[in-house]
Amino acid sequence: MADLRVNIAGVPFKNPVIVASGTFGFGREYDRIYDISRLGGISCKGTTLHARPGNLPPRIAETPSGILNSVGLQNPGVDAFVREELPFLAEKDITVIANIAGSQIDDYVETVRRLQGTKVDMIELNISCPNVKEGGASFGTSAKSVETITKRVKAVAEQPLMIKLTPNVTDIAEMAAAAEAGGADAVSLINTLTGMKIDIETRRPLLKNNTGGLSGAAVFPVALRMVWQVANRVQIPVVGMGGVTKWQDAVEMLLAGASAVQIGTANFTDAYTPLKVIMGIEEYLDAHGESCVTDIVGKVRPW
Amino acid sequence: MLQAFYKIQSKEQIGKATYSFVIDCPPLAHESRCGCFVHVQCGEKPLRRPISISEIDAENGTITLVFEVRGEGTQWLSERGVGDEINILGPLGNGFFPEPDKPAIFIGGGIGCPPMLGAAQTYGKNAEAILGFRSKEHMILLEKFQACCKCVDVTTNDGSFGTKGFVTDVLRDKLQSEPDAVVYACGPMPMLKGVAELCAKRQVKCYVSLEQRMGCGIGACLVCACKTHEKDGEHMRHVCKNGPVFDAREVDFHG
Repeated sequence: MADLRVNIAGVPFKNPVIVASGTFGFGREYDRIYDISRLGGISCKGTTLHARPGNLPPRIAETPSGILNSVGLQNPGVDAFVREELPFLAEKDITVIANIAGSQIDDYVETVRRLQGTKVDMIELNISCPNVKEGGASFGTSAKSVETITKRVKAVAEQPLMIKLTPNVTDIAEMAAAAEAGGADAVSLINTLTGMKIDIETRRPLLKNNTGGLSGAAVFPVALRMVWQVANRVQIPVVGMGGVTKWQDAVEMLLAGASAVQIGTANFTDAYTPLKVIMGIEEYLDAHGESCVTDIVGKVRPW
Repeated sequence: MLQAFYKIQSKEQIGKATYSFVIDCPPLAHESRCGCFVHVQCGEKPLRRPISISEIDAENGTITLVFEVRGEGTQWLSERGVGDEINILGPLGNGFFPEPDKPAIFIGGGIGCPPMLGAAQTYGKNAEAILGFRSKEHMILLEKFQACCKCVDVTTNDGSFGTKGFVTDVLRDKLQSEPDAVVYACGPMPMLKGVAELCAKRQVKCYVSLEQRMGCGIGACLVCACKTHEKDGEHMRHVCKNGPVFDAREVDFHG
């Protein structure tokens, strides 16, 4: 039996499968279907300094092999997260990543400050949400602001800091390098690609927000390419996500240079996807005589 | 809450593009209550399709799902046959909390009729139903409602069957003769809004079962939002977890 444990910037995960932010809430709902302690980690719902009601519905539309969403960071705020959600996760054997979003750097800093001394194992900085007008993604689209926000948050975070990157840029590797320069301990990618769908009868966009973030199998090849480019550019660990729906996708991500993968949209299609991916990776490693999952990270043989 | 494959025990086309499946699923049937729904995987589609539970037979371990073909997902589902297994997540949602000793009026608009049936059956002779359809050819489940309710009225937009007009036209008179009734409604938003307004005016308790584009179906992804005005203020609730049944007084029909 291969060793599935991974360590990302000093944070141990019992396996390389993490459920992605925004698709899994704070874990309670899926825990009614299976014990979430079987997962490597959970990246919690994007949390802001104050509670946010999110966008008006409809917030989701189906597209070929994918979905568009425009939830707009609905969340109870960081204090409610610490008070009402963290105790449940602390009871579970799962690595907890808090996903933090905001509209100003000071908000990010204050939100992260309020997570100090809590059971949060790692912080994922969401500077790439495409669905909120007043910011988020705007920090993630210039190398200079990526470096600045990373530096500012790093200064108050005792937990390792992972920057979640947006694919809606010309060169994502440059953004990863900027995060690294700012002191990031890891990067995760990709967030959703901005997209749109129109109802040709009503001539209205399906989403009330007009545009939304595309995820699901449709984005996987783009995500894989970006993970590979980023892994070749930076020294810090890379967590790969974007359209991972089966174990083979996860193995591709690992080979491309990801130290772990996140699974999001696929949870909606089949709640058991993360567990199937964990089993599939293990069987792949055994079948290929690999003793540790870490041994295949970045082992793609490019032409 | 379970996700598993269950067998289609019987299948019937009950309307122009409407199908009724009886699903052999003892664990689901035991957990389900009327007004709940299930989330059904449809081929390779990334999103499941939420389908309300029409009838529950706990004794025989079956539930009945009635759905309309609206797109590629439900088309795929309609092509499944007896003996095929489909992947179902459920039961989901809060369902109705019936008080069967009181009179109740069940209002269904089109594909909003199926979720009313199970609830109407628990009320038996205390139930009345008003079913609204676009036209006679879209009519479904009339006999089923007639079998359990003391009175069933049908409205069609074009007058091809029953009363020409909308369910609210019939409800208006009915509330006069049954002022103590509880109203349960499911159907298109404009219909629900009309029913809710009428009930509010007459101070009649009204519960509506809402529909919204849905993701996970269990309350984790927060996409199926519904704005409510409750005693402690405004909230963004979710149809899959907080609903699909809401107190009509709290629902913001403009949100």
